[in-house]
Amino acid sequence: MKKLATEERDGMSTIVRTVTRWVSAFIILYGLYIVAYGHLTPGGGFPGGVIMAGGFVLLMLAFGKKRLTALLPVARASALDCLGALGFWLLAVAGLVFGGGVFFRNFLPHGLRLRLWSAGIIPLCNVAIALKVTASLVLMLVALSVLRVKAGGTDEDFVSDIEEE
Amino acid sequence: MVYLLCLVLFLIGIYGVLTQRNLIKIILSLAVVESSVSLFLILLGYRVGGIAPIETAARPHESFIGMSVDPLPQAMVLTAIVISLGVLALSIAIAMRLYQRYGTYDVTQIRNLRG
Amino acid sequence: MLMNLIVVLLMFVAIGAVIAIWTRDLLSAVIAIGVLGFTCAVVLLLLRAPDVAITRIVVEVLLLIILIRSVLRRGVRTVESSRSVPGMALAGAFVAVLLVLGVIAIRELPPFGEPVALMGLNEPAPTQPLEAGGPKQEIPPPSQTYIKQGLEKTHSGNIVTAVLLDYRAYDTLGEAAVLFTAVVGAIALLRRKSRKPPSPAEMAAGVGGSEDR
Repeated sequence: MKKLATEERDGMSTIVRTVTRWVSAFIILYGLYIVAYGHLTPGGGFPGGVIMAGGFVLLMLAFGKKRLTALLPVARASALDCLGALGFWLLAVAGLVFGGGVFFRNFLPHGLRLRLWSAGIIPLCNVAIALKVTASLVLMLVALSVLRVKAGGTDEDFVSDIEEE
Repeated sequence: MVYLLCLVLFLIGIYGVLTQRNLIKIILSLAVVESSVSLFLILLGYRVGGIAPIETAARPHESFIGMSVDPLPQAMVLTAIVISLGVLALSIAIAMRLYQRYGTYDVTQIRNLRG
Repeated sequence: MLMNLIVVLLMFVAIGAVIAIWTRDLLSAVIAIGVLGFTCAVVLLLLRAPDVAITRIVVEVLLLIILIRSVLRRGVRTVESSRSVPGMALAGAFVAVLLVLGVIAIRELPPFGEPVALMGLNEPAPTQPLEAGGPKQEIPPPSQTYIKQGLEKTHSGNIVTAVLLDYRAYDTLGEAAVLFTAVVGAIALLRRKSRKPPSPAEMAAGVGGSEDR
């Protein structure tokens, strides 16, 4: 029973792994598309970020946590999380500095309408938010799924290896 | 009628929060409340025969103005949904910590077992 | 036609909610929540909110994964009995009062499909500029401005994104802060207490020992 549990924790069967290897890449690509075209088609930073997090979570479910943390270590994920938040804030401050003293002023040139390179800082904000949402949700899922507690245990029994990698 | 169904959904969630004893069931009830509120806000912005608030090159601007649904509640609900996911995950984390401490998800037992 | 479809789907959502609340089996409850969420996403799509629908679907998937992975592996599969009878009666009375108040409030709402914020949008705009207006000048609701000038001012075809990241970016900043706080809270809750307590010398030196706090 215990052995079964460890196997289950480390990942799923070969079929699932093989399919996941292909599908997760496409899911993450789709998330990137949703983010990049967020100002033209339905989508944006939030849905795209959640989709990309879903791709990473699929990897984690199929291959186990080790594989995911090899791909995206927890320290790097938290760094990306902070980077996304900081980037969004910096874009706002850049509006304050370059855009005539208005926080969140769209200071970049707007470009042609309905093109990919247009709308000033909006695509950049989308990217920052997608980074933030992806990293946050992946971190949260890793934190929730590494935890294996025994009922009524003390803190010494509290198995949580978030930052051991 | 549509608003009434939303209200009923909200009240089902509230009833669950008030009567359930299991922490996980309380969290699920909160999810019900959240989805009812987001649905209600989107329903408020709907316009009969409307189109999505996305301008394309195919549709002239004038007809877009005449047909688009209200974009403001959609933008607000979009953020609210992602926040609710974060909040639900946080509350699940708290529930798991409580389970680890007390060995049960039952709130009445947790209340009795202080210490 | 569309309204009937939405009503049927909302009834479906309500049934899912009732099952999620009433069933004793936790796995059934979680699956009922999933049904509720996906039906909500379909309703949102019918209401012409594709952004929200996409987000809702993916969030629901992640929520199901979180719930099934982290909750149902605890070995707790079923729920004990509900609260005591007086407690349930009290809750029922409270909900009934809320229902009456809500019905009164709903009667004041505009009919479905005619949002107040978009009233008068189809009439031609007043030609005089805003500052020239006299005392009767009415400022239109912000939604009308977004629809009319969103593309022109921000060059973003998706007006929802324009509202989210240009007109009301403060909201988004606050949202990012809330999400950040939730993640930090969850990680702080789920990690081990502290790897080692700080020694008195470190405390005195103000180093603070471990970075856990």
